[in-house]
Amino acid sequence: MFEIGGKTLKSRLFVGTGKLPDYSVIEKMYYEAGVEVFAVAVRRIGPNTKHTKNVLEYIPKDAVIMVNTSGAQDHKEAVKIAMIGRELTNSNWVKVEIEKDTKYLFPDSIETLKACEILVKEGFKVFPYIYPDLNLAKELELIGVEAVMPLGSPIGTNKGIGCEVLLKPIINEIKIPVIIDAGIGRPSHAAKAMEMGADAVLINTAIATSSDPVKMAIAFSKAVEAGRLAFEVGLLKEYEYAQASSPLEDFITG
Amino acid sequence: MTEFIRKAQKVWEKFKDYVPTYDEVCEILEKEVVNIEDVAKLLNVEDKNSILLMASKAKKLTRENFGKVILLYAPLYISNYCQNGCVYCGFSCRKNYKREKLELDEIENELRAMKEEGIDSVIILTGEDRIHSPVDYIKQACKIAANYMSEVSVEVYPLFEEEYRSLANAGVVGITIYQETYQKEDYEKLHPFGPKKDFEFRLTAVERALSAGFHEACVGPLLGLSHPQKDVLCTLLHAEYLLDRFPKAEISVSFPRVRSAGIDFVPMFSVSDKEFIKFLIVARIYLPRVGIVISTREDARLRDALIDVCITKMSAGSKTTVGGYVPQEEEKDAQFEVEDRRTVAEVVESIIKKGLRPEFTNWVRGVNSL
Repeated sequence: MFEIGGKTLKSRLFVGTGKLPDYSVIEKMYYEAGVEVFAVAVRRIGPNTKHTKNVLEYIPKDAVIMVNTSGAQDHKEAVKIAMIGRELTNSNWVKVEIEKDTKYLFPDSIETLKACEILVKEGFKVFPYIYPDLNLAKELELIGVEAVMPLGSPIGTNKGIGCEVLLKPIINEIKIPVIIDAGIGRPSHAAKAMEMGADAVLINTAIATSSDPVKMAIAFSKAVEAGRLAFEVGLLKEYEYAQASSPLEDFITG
Repeated sequence: MTEFIRKAQKVWEKFKDYVPTYDEVCEILEKEVVNIEDVAKLLNVEDKNSILLMASKAKKLTRENFGKVILLYAPLYISNYCQNGCVYCGFSCRKNYKREKLELDEIENELRAMKEEGIDSVIILTGEDRIHSPVDYIKQACKIAANYMSEVSVEVYPLFEEEYRSLANAGVVGITIYQETYQKEDYEKLHPFGPKKDFEFRLTAVERALSAGFHEACVGPLLGLSHPQKDVLCTLLHAEYLLDRFPKAEISVSFPRVRSAGIDFVPMFSVSDKEFIKFLIVARIYLPRVGIVISTREDARLRDALIDVCITKMSAGSKTTVGGYVPQEEEKDAQFEVEDRRTVAEVVESIIKKGLRPEFTNWVRGVNSL
C-alpha cells in the first residue's frame, strides 16, 4: 500500500495506454496484473465512432486515470489540454508532458515548471515528466506537485535506468514520491528502479508493444513488487574485494 | 534551403553504384545512428535477405516509437479548377473536363458523410486556382471541417505565410505538399506553365506553414517523375531539415507513385513494389520518429503488408473526385485512380487483424485552436 495523489494504491506499476494494440487489454491488466493507474493521452481521447470506442470506456471505474498532456508544446497548451482532460475524464490527476522536439521527445523543463505552477493552483494533482534534474525536482516539490516523474532513459528506447547517477540524488533528497518514467524496457529494469528506492514506475512501450501486453504487465507487476520488497529490506552492499577472513586479522586486531 | 538537395546529389553521385554486401548491411543496421551515406548505400540493396533484415529493423523502430497504432484519415476534394499544365496530373488544365467546386453547404454534406463512415481526420484538397478557389474559400471549408473533425489538414497550392496563419487560426493543424520531384530541371519540364512552375515557392511552402503555426507537415516526391532514389534521398534530407528547423513539428514523409490519371503520360521511371518497399523501410531506419504515410494509391495487399513494418498513417475509404462521399449518379473524373477501394470498415478490420489499433483521433478537438 502506498499513498499518492490523495489515494491509497496497492500497485506501484503505472501503465501508459497510447501505444496499445487494443484497448480491451486495459481491463485485463487491471484484474490480472493489478494495475490501478492508467495514463491516457488527451489527444487520443476520441469520441465513440462507428469503428472505435473511446479509450475511457475500457478503463475500470475503480482505476485511476492519469491525464497526459503529451502533444503540448508549451505551458499554455499543457494547461488547456489538462483542463479538457479533466472535463473528459473527471480525473484531476495530470501528467505534465511538454516536449519541444519530436525527435527525442525530451521534456522541456522551463515550460513544465510554468505549467505545474498553474495546474497546482487550479487544483490538479500534478505529476510532471522531467529530466533527472535534482534542482528542478526540488522546485517542483516546493510548488506542490504530487510526485516527480524523471526519465530512466529516453522515451521508447527500452534502455532501462540509463541515468542512475542522476536519479539517485532525486530519490534520496525529494520527499514526495518519485516515479521513474520512460525508457524502462524490461521487468528487470523496473525491479532495479524499485531497488533504488523509486516509489513507482510508469511503463508504456515495453508493455504495449510486446506480443502479449497482459502477460508482460503481470511480469512487470511482479518485478516491481520484488524490487520494492528488496528496497524495504535493504540491499546488501557490494564490495570490491572478497571478505574472507584473513590470517593477518588476529595480529591486526590484537 | 536548397542546400539539402545539393547534399543529396553529392551523396548520390558518390554511392550510386555502391551495392553493400549482406555483412555491410548488418553493420549499418547495428549502428545507433545511420548517416545519409549509409542510406545511399541501403537504397542500392537488391538482395532479398538484406531487405528483409532492413524490414525487421524498421519494424522494431516503428513499434518503439509509435507503438501498435495506425492513424486513419481521408481526403476531401473541394475543387478541381486548376491553372497548371502539369503533364502527369488528372487536374491539369490541359485536360478538358467539367470543372467544379463545392459550395459550402455541399462541403458540409460531404463532411457529414465522411463522419458517418467513422472518419475523424480530413485533408482538404483543391487544384491550384486562386480565382476559383481563393484562400478565403479554403478557409471557410476548413472552418466547417473543424466543426466535424478532430484534425483538419490541407493539401492546397503553396500559400504565403500570412495566408497559412489565417488557416491555422481557422483550426488547420497540418499541411501536405508534395514537391513532385526535387530535381529542378525535371521539375521545370513537368510543369511547363502555371503558378506551380515556381520550384522554390513550392519547396519553401512547408516552412511558411510551420512558421505560421501549423503542427504537422508531410513532404515527399511523386515517385517516377524523376530519378526515384535521388528523390527519396532529397525527401529524407528535406524532412531532417524541417525537424532541425522546427523541432516541435510532427514531420511525416510519403512516397506516392505516379498513377494513371486518364491522360497520356508515361512516367520517366517506374518504381517496382520491391523498390517502393525498400524506400519506406530506409526512411524509417534513417528517421525513426518521422511519420510514414501511405495513400489509397497503393493496393490493399501491399498496404496491409506495410502497416506491419513502418506505416504510421494511412488513408481509408478515399474518394478522389470532387464531392465523392455523397452518393451521386454520374461517374466523375478523379485526380488519380484509387487502388485500395475498400471501405473504412474493411480497412479497420484488416488493421485489427494485424494486431494493431486503428486510431481516428490524433488531436482532441479544439486543442489546437485554443
